[in-house]
Amino acid sequence: MRHYDIVIVGGGIAGMTAGIYARRAGKTVLILESKTQGGQIINTFDVANWPGEETISGVDLIEKIYHQVNKLGVDFEYEEVTGVSQSEEFVSDSVEKRLWNVITDDGEYSCDAIIVATGSNEKKMGVPGEDKYIGRGVSFCATCDGAFYKDKTVVVVGGGNTAFYDALYLVDLCAKVYLVHRRNKFRADNILVDKLKARENVEFVTPFVPSAVKGEKKVTSLVVQSSGIDDDSKLVTVDAITKEIEVDGVFVAVGRTPATEFLKDVVDLDEGGYVKAGEDCKTSAPGVFVAGDCRAKDIRQLVTAASDGAVAATEACRYLG
Amino acid sequence: MELLDFYADWCGPCQMMKSVVAEFEKAHPDVTVRSINMDDEEELVEKYGVSSIPCFVVLKDGEEVKREVGVMPLKKLEKLVGV
Repeated sequence: MRHYDIVIVGGGIAGMTAGIYARRAGKTVLILESKTQGGQIINTFDVANWPGEETISGVDLIEKIYHQVNKLGVDFEYEEVTGVSQSEEFVSDSVEKRLWNVITDDGEYSCDAIIVATGSNEKKMGVPGEDKYIGRGVSFCATCDGAFYKDKTVVVVGGGNTAFYDALYLVDLCAKVYLVHRRNKFRADNILVDKLKARENVEFVTPFVPSAVKGEKKVTSLVVQSSGIDDDSKLVTVDAITKEIEVDGVFVAVGRTPATEFLKDVVDLDEGGYVKAGEDCKTSAPGVFVAGDCRAKDIRQLVTAASDGAVAATEACRYLG
Repeated sequence: MELLDFYADWCGPCQMMKSVVAEFEKAHPDVTVRSINMDDEEELVEKYGVSSIPCFVVLKDGEEVKREVGVMPLKKLEKLVGV
């Protein structure tokens, strides 16, 4: 079994920044990534809030950081972590710090400390037909897939900023955009709501929730039913109304969920599944640190992910002495 | 065996898959890889019902046997194709 001083789970901005800091501190470092380096930011065409770059594409930014990580001698493997567990063995020269084992879909590693930087994934609607039509009309990224729906009819599901950004992007491309949300009020910023409301080819379907995606070869409709939630967000009893909206595409923007399932018996998670840790990035388990979007915190930005990576790596190095 | 790789120049995840697809081609010369720019090949996009990219469609004797949408490492692409 290969051993590293620090294993980092996740190769996004947080994970790669942690890799840079840990390697520069002289540690042997492995980053494990299940898909591709970069995380969410690869979907962004123009990044305009990364200091030093007026604008840069997410892919170009990631390529630069990935190059830096490689040059420093951080190992990178494309494997999915399925579990971590504490070993019976001790970290060398220690009588209290135990090693950790990291199990992947392709092997197993041991390490002195772990940094979890797995980020989050798009939350699904959880309705029949959704999985079947992913890539055939169900999408989680308007800027990636919007071009397939030029002059067509689509529905956006969600009421937050992402849903409204998606709808505002699609409204310029599509013949018609529906927006389905479980309440009449929206979490999105008022400026976005007002912008979308001003557009003629938008129809709001509230307070409704999706109940099924229907289609043949591709999506043909989204079935929705009344949510029974009033304007004060209270559940009221109403006769259920069901509607079938004929659409070519369904864009899901109902939030994100942290990729922390494999950690649930290892560290304390909050009710949303985010890893509980303060600004020092220390989790409830000794030798396990957390960085980036999967940490319970208020602001999730590229720079705060990078900041977490630096803090987690520094704390991990301090822990190892 | 044939692998169709639907992509677009403006698609970030597709850019990330370029090197993976190139590595795949190099390692498996027996598999025919066709990279299809969705902006230039509307007919094929329609024929295969593609509406999210990157999209990988595996053909055996001209018939679709598997497909996957999104970024993935080389090992997963190989598993998808079955090589």
